[in-house]
Amino acid sequence: MKGLRHPFLQGAIVIAVGFVIFKYVIGYVLPVFGIASAPVPASVVFQYTLTVLVGVLLYMSAEESRWEKFREPLKRTMVDHDRRRLRGVLMVAIPALVGWLAYQNVKPSFGAPATLRSVHPAPPNQITYRGLPIELRGLENPLRHSGTLEEHVAVGRAIYTKNCVPCHGDRLDGDGHFAGAFNPIPADFTAPGTLPQLTESFVFWRIAKGGPGLPQEGAPWNSAMPAWENILEQDEIWATIIYLYEQSGASPRTWEAEGEEGAEE
Amino acid sequence: MRVQQTVAVGTAKRWLKRGAWLSVLALAVAVPLLAQVPGPDYGEFGIFGLDRRDAVWIAAQLHLLFAAFVLGVPMFAVVIEAIGIFGGDKKYDKLAKEFTRLLLVAYSATAIWGAILVFFLSTLYPRFWVYLTGIFAPSMWLYAVMFFAESFTLYLYYYGWDAWSKGAAKKVHWVLGILLNVWGTIVMLIANSWLTFMMSPPPELTADTAPQSVKLWSAIANATWMPINIHRLLANVVFGGAIVGAYAAYRFLTSETDEERAHYDWMGYTGNFIAIGALIVLPFAGYWLGREIYEFSQQMGITMMGGFMSWLWIIQAFLIGILFLTGNYYLWIGMGRIPGAERFQPYIKYMLLVLVIGVIVWATPNTMIADRDEIAAMGGQQHPFLGVLGVMSAKNTAVNLMILTTFLSFLMYRQANKRPVVSWAKAGTVLQFAAFAVAAAVVLFFGIRGYFVTAIVRIGFSVYQVAAVLATIVFVIGIDVAMSRGAESRGEIQWGKMPPRSQYALLILAVTFTWLMGLMGFARSGIRQHWHVYEVIRDTSEQAFTPALGPAATMISICVLIFFGLVGMIFWLGGLAEKSVYEEKDA
Repeated sequence: MKGLRHPFLQGAIVIAVGFVIFKYVIGYVLPVFGIASAPVPASVVFQYTLTVLVGVLLYMSAEESRWEKFREPLKRTMVDHDRRRLRGVLMVAIPALVGWLAYQNVKPSFGAPATLRSVHPAPPNQITYRGLPIELRGLENPLRHSGTLEEHVAVGRAIYTKNCVPCHGDRLDGDGHFAGAFNPIPADFTAPGTLPQLTESFVFWRIAKGGPGLPQEGAPWNSAMPAWENILEQDEIWATIIYLYEQSGASPRTWEAEGEEGAEE
Repeated sequence: MRVQQTVAVGTAKRWLKRGAWLSVLALAVAVPLLAQVPGPDYGEFGIFGLDRRDAVWIAAQLHLLFAAFVLGVPMFAVVIEAIGIFGGDKKYDKLAKEFTRLLLVAYSATAIWGAILVFFLSTLYPRFWVYLTGIFAPSMWLYAVMFFAESFTLYLYYYGWDAWSKGAAKKVHWVLGILLNVWGTIVMLIANSWLTFMMSPPPELTADTAPQSVKLWSAIANATWMPINIHRLLANVVFGGAIVGAYAAYRFLTSETDEERAHYDWMGYTGNFIAIGALIVLPFAGYWLGREIYEFSQQMGITMMGGFMSWLWIIQAFLIGILFLTGNYYLWIGMGRIPGAERFQPYIKYMLLVLVIGVIVWATPNTMIADRDEIAAMGGQQHPFLGVLGVMSAKNTAVNLMILTTFLSFLMYRQANKRPVVSWAKAGTVLQFAAFAVAAAVVLFFGIRGYFVTAIVRIGFSVYQVAAVLATIVFVIGIDVAMSRGAESRGEIQWGKMPPRSQYALLILAVTFTWLMGLMGFARSGIRQHWHVYEVIRDTSEQAFTPALGPAATMISICVLIFFGLVGMIFWLGGLAEKSVYEEKDA
């Protein structure tokens, strides 16, 4: 137990515990307790573990006596005569480990390479719908001010079921029958990062213009989403949007009133 | 003194004049000639494998970095001189003068890069340059006048230092320092109007509007001008402090006597104090700028924060995480030279824990880098559990707690060698801790509550979080100042007794600040995408595309390297001049 009080060992344990939490606890233990989670991507595990490593080094070197003690085993291993065997082993093991890691990184794989996608395209200020200009900024869903909510939801549900379910799924979670064939996979409307973050005008733009209407920045989008302006009327799209928000339980992002402080996040 | 002047200043003065004259000459020549002679829209450039945009990028970035140097350091110098005058401590006066000496060479570097930028713009982007001069010519002439006023005020300020060192003359000298800052700030405001015009031109402007018909003031006072002015002004204070810290670190590491080490240790601490102090309010100015960008154009705002530039903010989070960790680390090491600081040592690990968790939360990407298998396992690029850390509620909470922790480090540092004697000292300490606890609770409450309200309400929550943190800082400092009156000393700070790694921390801070400026400058400029003037004048050159993160980061890093290479030379010149003075005295 005395060894556990040594700063070097304490530091190593903190880094190891951090790695285990990031790599295994979040991905595999949390779901056992019914908490929605998934394995953490390797890039994020690396980022988190590196942060913990830096934290440990800062703590150890922030006070002179602790830093001396922390460095002592490293110094002894590198210098002392009675540790020459360990030194020899490390001189082989460390390059071998680095080599193995390098091999793991460069060896041929059948998997698609890691991607860095922007999933939040910037909408234009203005679009055309079958040739007619529509100003998106400040645009609200016109059906919110006419008819009844039930009517619009019913219309939207019918349109969604007929046109959208094959990809976006009957639970709106992006897991329709065809979903597995697409990369990127269809949007999950139940996720907190999708509908609640967007104004209805943004959703209208995405449905009306689909993949072909995505901006050049951030290309290639590889989106299979059709441009529904060629198939649906404007009110049909607005009704579908109302259905999406009602069914997912999300509230659309709203525009700020004129003169009010603030902006979007 | 003569040797000092001849070594460091003689050439600087000549370079400065040449650079300034060349800038004015380029302006004077470009306007009438290019406006009348039809020619190509773009000039050719192909030196060292760089294209025309690379050339302008490097020149503009280096000009800006040196401009920040020559704006930030005088702010620092004039404040330090005032402390020396009104506090009566001569060492402050010496420090302020030492920095003004560095300014002379830095001014010439600023002017040279400014001239290079003007030449590149007028020869590589002639049509666009004529367009800009058509609108901004009068402001450019004013710029030249202000530049001269600034230069000669600097000469008076530096050369008059010893001649006007006593009584009323010293105060007049200090006023010169203030004037130097005023001229410099006006120069910055004018230059800011040109670049913010490119980002957010007046709404009535179209591609067909003749530049001569644009009202100058409407072009200057555009939507993002004032937010950029405030943001840059504060950032210059931060940068000035960081550069001072880096200079002190360099001199500390090369010092040969304890006396020198003590001086430069103290200088490094002072620079770092100013840098981190101003850094604490900088995010709020940045937030205002971000809001104005959204207000001007939602498309531009989303491109910046949620679109293809969003990953820049993760890199920014990393770099700011480095700033917070390094700034606190420097203070913690510094406690090693303060008698009485031992009592705070046990708390450091908890503060570090808050900072590490804060960095982890702040740098958690909303859209993660993942391969196909990982994306399939997550059901998309957002992680079902860690996704909650990728949104603004989590990030605002993390950064506010990091700011509070950093302030706590400063407070500990400040109180380390003091023993309050006022009767209410215990109650005062309890009140201070209660204020910290309330602020942390407010930040956490609104951070968590933010997940359960609509976006428009959530945005307002950040104001409450910031207000709680700022109010706590003001309240706690107020109590601290009152408590410190007549306090007993637990022992003098042993200046100079710092390990070398503390000085490397100061150097890391300066490099990280510089990198951040380049990175965020790219974000600000890059969101215009394929427009010279956003949605008015289109970029039709081969370089109209926005560079990806990798090439952009490489270019920014090259600029940072060149900058520090030149700054290293300036520091070396500063030491050389001083050495000559010592040798003269010895002789």
